[in-house]
Amino acid sequence: MIKPVFSLLLGALIQLSEDPPAPGPLKILTFHGESVPGIFTLMELTWTLNQPDPETISYRLYRFTPEGEPLLVAQLPPKTHRYEDHVSAGYFFHRYRLEVWEGDSLREWKETEALVAHQGGFVGFRGEDVPHDGGKEIQLFWNWDMPGIEPQEVRIYRNQQGQNRWVLVGSVNKGATRYLDVGTQDGVPYNYLLRAYAPGKIFESQPVEGITSQASWMDMRKINLLIISLLIMGAVLYYILRAGKKEMFIRKIAGLEAIEEAVGRATEMGRPVLYVPGIQDLDDVQTLAGLTILGSVAKLTAQYETKLDVPVSRSLVMSNGREVVKEAYLSVGRPDIYHDDIVHYVTDEQFGYVAAVDGIMVREKPAACLYLGAFFAESLILAETGNSVGAIQVAGTAMPSQLPFFVAACDYTLIGEELFAASAYLSRDQQAIASLRGQDVGKAMALVAIVLGTLLVTAAQVSGSGFLRVLSDGFLRLFALNY
Amino acid sequence: MRREIPLIITFIIGVMLIAALFIPRKPFPDLDSEFSRWFDIIAVFAFVLGGGNLLQVHIDRITRGHKDRWYSLVTVVSFLFTLIVGMLKVGGDPGIKGNYIAEGTWFKVIYDAVFTPLTASMFSLLAFFVASASYRAFRAKTREATILLIAAFIILVGRTPLGYYLTYWLPEPLQFLHIPNLSAWILSTPNLAGQRAIMIGIALGIISTSLKLILGIERSYLGREK
Repeated sequence: MIKPVFSLLLGALIQLSEDPPAPGPLKILTFHGESVPGIFTLMELTWTLNQPDPETISYRLYRFTPEGEPLLVAQLPPKTHRYEDHVSAGYFFHRYRLEVWEGDSLREWKETEALVAHQGGFVGFRGEDVPHDGGKEIQLFWNWDMPGIEPQEVRIYRNQQGQNRWVLVGSVNKGATRYLDVGTQDGVPYNYLLRAYAPGKIFESQPVEGITSQASWMDMRKINLLIISLLIMGAVLYYILRAGKKEMFIRKIAGLEAIEEAVGRATEMGRPVLYVPGIQDLDDVQTLAGLTILGSVAKLTAQYETKLDVPVSRSLVMSNGREVVKEAYLSVGRPDIYHDDIVHYVTDEQFGYVAAVDGIMVREKPAACLYLGAFFAESLILAETGNSVGAIQVAGTAMPSQLPFFVAACDYTLIGEELFAASAYLSRDQQAIASLRGQDVGKAMALVAIVLGTLLVTAAQVSGSGFLRVLSDGFLRLFALNY
Repeated sequence: MRREIPLIITFIIGVMLIAALFIPRKPFPDLDSEFSRWFDIIAVFAFVLGGGNLLQVHIDRITRGHKDRWYSLVTVVSFLFTLIVGMLKVGGDPGIKGNYIAEGTWFKVIYDAVFTPLTASMFSLLAFFVASASYRAFRAKTREATILLIAAFIILVGRTPLGYYLTYWLPEPLQFLHIPNLSAWILSTPNLAGQRAIMIGIALGIISTSLKLILGIERSYLGREK
């Protein structure tokens, strides 16, 4: 007896707990109307309720005549929240009333003033394809000229040619006179229309028509960069192709001369040579330069039978470094003393790597430490530790922020371009040395440009001549990045 | 073919990436990031190689009784423990979608309580090394070192309130000698000029080296010929 009663009570409780809460009184939350963009005699009315539409309701929409009489314009079923009403031209607004009926009883009503847009205010409205881009973008420009009225918002409407309806694509706040429409289809002509919203008023622009976006094949803003790059690359290629058997002059680089001395010293002392090819991966050209120099250093250590230790912070650098060192040992006929552990992986973590290399330095006390590659904050920690163990140190990097640290803590430092020249210097390969001459042409071009630019700007400033100012501005633009 | 295929790939990718800088039409603008992603994928596989090498080197040291075998033991134990804890997501959701570094996982604890303090300790060593390196660099033994010392002194003092109070009283025509102004001038004129000269050299060096790599003139980084 007790069990069925208990089940019944429990069932009732579950039933109670699962019932949705009873809805509150039905309310019209919003009721808004304005003329449809581009059609001043068609009013669009929209509304929302505070709850989902009950199936039992219906809507009645009235427009007030100029005399103030409500005129029923539509009777609408539930779940309708939008209506378009054709009106006569020549009005600033129309007054509407929305009623919600349930059976024969009026549940709720609301009135609104639906504004009619008027043409005016916008001047110089134009649209164009964004130049030098990958397409799918159109930019619009306009100015506002209506004294005493300042729009709070400008809405941008777009339609594809051949379609009647305007679609809202975006809006900008007051003061803005430009809009970038992103996501157009290339080659499709679009029309645009603007609407300015001021308190109690809507103004509309004349549409601009037939604007298409398209992708460019060349970013013409970079044409100066392309010309300069081609000139420098052309110079480098020219000298490489002209390289012959005749030995070309290359100035002495003390840091590279010191590498052989450092390896010799390590041999005499019976201590290893530590080589750090930077902490970046193979996608950094400094790492590649470091690995190229590693080949020359490995040849020396193989010839002198000196222990070489290359801890690396990237797996790919390890695998590449092994190939380079193996090739070097083979080339001098000492594959017998090569083993894979010469180049060994430590960790990708910057300071973990520094801790490991510092540990190697303190324990092994290398006679020579060579740091050639890309370095960051670890540069000084490595170089100072090397200094503290009395190693002869040669560093080289193209990171300008790390150069002062290496200069302060190392015996020799390859500054920037010297790192890239090192492989040519060490290998004495004529093609590689010839490429340095090509670089010198680039330097000569930079020198001429700096001197000419300085003279032009100074002359323009001193003389106040308009011609010289135009000339100097044009000259400066040749070397400016305009994108 | 061992060398030819990498050289062909380097040439094609190099030329495409140079072209991508000047061509805004798709797919060129995305090539740089796309190839970087491919590189990252390859690097992830190579990480197995690196981890394997780390274990091989240190286990070899332990088994051979190398003098540094105890350091190697710490390395191997730490590496394996962290790897296992991370892969099994110990302390967290072990499912395939579980985050190995979510709050409460052992990996997160190791990261926060061991790795981060150790990294910070290594980084903070820099402060002491800056002091010792500056001491050596600024010893006025030569004319260049003396100029460096004076410039460094002006910049150091110019960046502190002392620099302002020492020379704020200078009359307007002599304001260029006001230490903060001198400090700013050193940084923005001679220092910047030197840096730009270095940057021009570096840029030309990178262009030349890249060109040699793309054209296959510089190939020693590839290792063996045969």
